[in-house]
Amino acid sequence: MDNKIRMKARDVNFYYGTAQILNGINLDIFANNVTAIIGPSGCGKSTFIRLLNRMHELVPNARLEGSITLDGSDIMADAVDPVEIRRKVGMVFQKPNPFPKSIFENIAYGLEINGTRNKQFIEDKVVESLKKAALWHEVEKRLHDSALRLSGGQQQRLCIARCLAIEPEVILFDEPCASLDPISTHKVEELILELKKVYTIVIVTHNMQQAARVSDHTGFFYMGKLVEFGRTEDIFTRPREKRTEDYITGRFG
Amino acid sequence: MKAGSLRVIEWLGFMALRACMCFVVLILVVVFYDIITKGIGIISWEFLTQPPLDGMTKGGIFPAIIGTLFVTIIAGLLAVPLGMGCAIHLNEYARDNGLTRFIRMAIRNLSGVPSIVYGLFGVALFVEAAHFGTSILAAGCTLGLMTLPVTITASEEALKTVPRAYREGALALGATKWQSIWGNVLPYAVPGMLTGAILGISRAAGETAPILFTGAAFFLPDIPNSLFSQFMALPYHLYIMSTQHHNIVLVRPIAYGTALVLIVLVFTLNLAAVMLRYHLRKKGIAHGQ
Repeated sequence: MDNKIRMKARDVNFYYGTAQILNGINLDIFANNVTAIIGPSGCGKSTFIRLLNRMHELVPNARLEGSITLDGSDIMADAVDPVEIRRKVGMVFQKPNPFPKSIFENIAYGLEINGTRNKQFIEDKVVESLKKAALWHEVEKRLHDSALRLSGGQQQRLCIARCLAIEPEVILFDEPCASLDPISTHKVEELILELKKVYTIVIVTHNMQQAARVSDHTGFFYMGKLVEFGRTEDIFTRPREKRTEDYITGRFG
Repeated sequence: MKAGSLRVIEWLGFMALRACMCFVVLILVVVFYDIITKGIGIISWEFLTQPPLDGMTKGGIFPAIIGTLFVTIIAGLLAVPLGMGCAIHLNEYARDNGLTRFIRMAIRNLSGVPSIVYGLFGVALFVEAAHFGTSILAAGCTLGLMTLPVTITASEEALKTVPRAYREGALALGATKWQSIWGNVLPYAVPGMLTGAILGISRAAGETAPILFTGAAFFLPDIPNSLFSQFMALPYHLYIMSTQHHNIVLVRPIAYGTALVLIVLVFTLNLAAVMLRYHLRKKGIAHGQ
């Protein structure tokens, strides 16, 4: 039943300056699965997924030990260009962050910076991505309107479409529904379930029900450590660790 | 009863604040009124297009207008690209460490250096070391140098207003750092950068001290014909007409006319900055919601 392993974190320690944020993380991310990362605020879960596409490098004084691999090759190696990694491992952020351009341009941007000049190809890709992100019918008549006029939920799906357009292999979701209403949240969750047929997905979430609904595997982070990792159904019905049980039953966090 | 007295106190405080504002506006109005009423009489087509005549007691101020325009343009050509480049490096590339903090502090301190000191520095660097001589080029570069700290600081502030999410969004799509800056940061920062730069330059256009020893001349009947010519400039001309002329009382209207032209020029530059910002915003590149 388990698919092959796409990404692997081995003995990952992570520091900002002298503060240790992550401590000895070992975690596997399976292909065409949704892996949920849960845990209370400040447990290091967002920090962890930002390692997976090397976004942590934007912060000065960040230091990493251990290894993270994608399909067996070390993504942190000096010879590896972070730009290449980010094209393979896309990211959707907590707060929808469309560029203040038109809907069309938001999606075309990723293709253009990757060197695509063919206008027809870009147009096809924009339509295809919007359809995949289940946004097409809402925006097809106003592709050239500013993306900032969309609702929060639409903006987030636009950000997902923008990410899909560059054809990543893995998509990281950093609390994608944190600022969305329940209906928009439902749409994004449906979309994630649809997307996992093609992509490998990692999602950080504060919402326990969401993790239970969308994920195949769940990792529970607490104070910089991975307390427990396993199949979602096991984590939610038969947690091995007391702290996991306390957290998912709402006793703390 | 209590609520009533609170309201009175609030009203008094409010009126005090309003008085402060009115006082500032009043000063501005008085200055403008004084210069306009005393200067408008002499403004004519001849005044704007003729050189000073008869020992600078008649004629116009054409060479001074041209001179000021030239040095201002040179100052802008020097300060804008250098200042923007420096700000982009400081804000986007440089790590926040002791060295960059020291550089920032140095830049802020530079904007506090008196303009006469810039003038002396201009003599040493541009007039002598660079062999520009006392010239438009030397004076323009000196003014540009003086504008640099303002331009850098304003540009950095403009860059800081661009949300980090734009940079991260682009980088997460596989943009290189430069692609993210060029496509997703600069378009939203440039209006602010240019506005700051123009305001800095318009300040420089009215400066006398930095051009005093670097190229401004007492009297030249012709407009300069090369970058290495000396030139007349409005602020310096105003200074001469008010203090150095052999018949100050006689030429007082010319001095006021010069002041008026200078103020209009500076005002036009400021207005251009405002309009530029407005125009670029309207083109739909304003950010935020």
